[in-house]
Amino acid sequence: MASLAVRNLFHDRVRLAVTLTGIVFAVVLVAIQIGLFIGFTTTTSNLIDHSGADLWIMSKGVAYIEVGVPFSDKQLHHALAVPGVADARRYIVRFSQWKRQDGAQQSCEIVGFDPDSPLGGPWDVVDGNVRDLKLPDTVIVDRFYAQKLGVARVGDTVEIRNVRARVVGFSQGIRTFTTSPLIFTSLKNAQHYTGLPGNQQVFLLVKTAAGSERDRVRQELLARLRDVDVFTTAEFSAKTTHYWMFGTGAGVTVIIAAVLGLLVGVVVVAQTIYAATIDHIREYGTLKAMGATNRYIYRIILEQAAISAVIGYGVGIVVASAAAFSSRNGGANIVLTGAVGAGLFGLTLMMCVSAAMVSINKVTKIDPAMVFKG
Amino acid sequence: MNLAIEVRELTKTYAEGAATSRALDGVDLDVHAGEVTLLMGPSGSGKTTLVSIMGCILRPTSGSVRIAGRDVTRLRERDLPSVRLQQIGFVFQGINLFPTLTAAENVEVALDLKKIRGGRAHQRSRALLDDVGLTEKYDAFPGDLSGGQKQRVAIARALAGDPQIILADEPTAALDKTSGRTVLEMLRGLAHGKGRAVVIVTHDNRTLEFADRIVRIEDGRVGDVLTRDQIHAFAGGDSND
Repeated sequence: MASLAVRNLFHDRVRLAVTLTGIVFAVVLVAIQIGLFIGFTTTTSNLIDHSGADLWIMSKGVAYIEVGVPFSDKQLHHALAVPGVADARRYIVRFSQWKRQDGAQQSCEIVGFDPDSPLGGPWDVVDGNVRDLKLPDTVIVDRFYAQKLGVARVGDTVEIRNVRARVVGFSQGIRTFTTSPLIFTSLKNAQHYTGLPGNQQVFLLVKTAAGSERDRVRQELLARLRDVDVFTTAEFSAKTTHYWMFGTGAGVTVIIAAVLGLLVGVVVVAQTIYAATIDHIREYGTLKAMGATNRYIYRIILEQAAISAVIGYGVGIVVASAAAFSSRNGGANIVLTGAVGAGLFGLTLMMCVSAAMVSINKVTKIDPAMVFKG
Repeated sequence: MNLAIEVRELTKTYAEGAATSRALDGVDLDVHAGEVTLLMGPSGSGKTTLVSIMGCILRPTSGSVRIAGRDVTRLRERDLPSVRLQQIGFVFQGINLFPTLTAAENVEVALDLKKIRGGRAHQRSRALLDDVGLTEKYDAFPGDLSGGQKQRVAIARALAGDPQIILADEPTAALDKTSGRTVLEMLRGLAHGKGRAVVIVTHDNRTLEFADRIVRIEDGRVGDVLTRDQIHAFAGGDSND
């Protein structure tokens, strides 16, 4: 036998459509906002997360990666002398000015690293080779920003801060949160492109030795190096993300939009389930008179809510996934992971069940004597 | 005959702001198994209130109701659904079938409440519909049935839990003469043939010939009580069994 819940739910197709529209709307809105949030957080810290370093050394008080303050390369030698440090490399992240072939200016973010080291370089290079960055005046840029930077292929030349720059490779999917494209180049080139003196860098990337305790190495670095902060990669990543997402309000906006989406969903679903309950109130009264417990009737309402949630989620996640897929080439990256999908399913279920609670409250107050009133 | 329901000193008072109105005032009533008892009386006399209390749907203000020897007025609120489920079958004036379920599924809901499911419920619902003459209507929705057929589905549903007591509130009110008669014959058959206690609340004089006892309720009190012999005498001995 098809359950009363299923029959009642599918009996009124218009109401079901309204309910599902509300759920789909909420799922899509929340999924996209969460996807944007993840996309933003991933983007804000992707340089740090892909650095391959265990520890980051920087001038005191640096709040996030884009505002590093240069310090002397003498610190590099002190760092290398600390027990447990397997490798330490200089690293530069600074804004500069890119001049396209057509003369247009474009702000960019120079990322200077040692091409002989696996620390701090570009990832997902799809054209060219990182080793080519050992040559003077060479850069690797991301395909996503090629048009913005006015380049199309390996070999194209531009100027950065009035210094010639030749594109020797392209990466795929390295985005920036600042809208200034990341330009990977060697340390030496980076000094030219940023005007940074040769004896300075903005960060030191540290790889700890196998078997060493990272916290102990960090404490030792803090003890031996002057006027620096030392963070683990995870800490510095979180610090940078926190700044961009909450220091600037960008993240709060996204979160508020997600919460609003959820609230709208709850209200729409609650209203339609409540209206459906009122329509069937006499049937619930009959069930009570027949000996049904409140729990039996709650189950009917919750079953309807759960079925609505499953269908609404299914449609919503497909729409959201399509939006995420199409965002790959858009300005804002929407990242929908399996965990987000699973979490969103739980959230949708919770949204529908909590919406059904309003109806359950109504059912609790049904007087079964109503069935005797003609 | 076995006593199915024993009502003693039953009162029910409704409060309406500062004022109160007494719907039942010291009602004593015995309902026997194997009998059809009619509760008759003018509107507002307290018939429906009485049947609601006997059906464990409404709480009395004072007095007692014993069902199968158990005082149900002393039970907690949460224990009453179980009494309704195990002991009582209801037939309502408004019929109250579930419009989105077929005739068989309507009966299966009642079986589901008793945790009878699957193949057993399927077979039992069909057997009950066979008993009320609706063999061809298993899969019909209420909207496709006549008033009489709907009420017969409602009777099948009321019998699904195998109750010893059937409480019917104006079961013929919405039915034509023929359908009403069929329903009443069915209810009488349940009393005389299967030993159930059948209580019918009615205004309908057509039901008189089917009664074993008529209890007149007036102003919340039991008035005249006519036995079967008195009914026969009153009706000129033409009631048939």
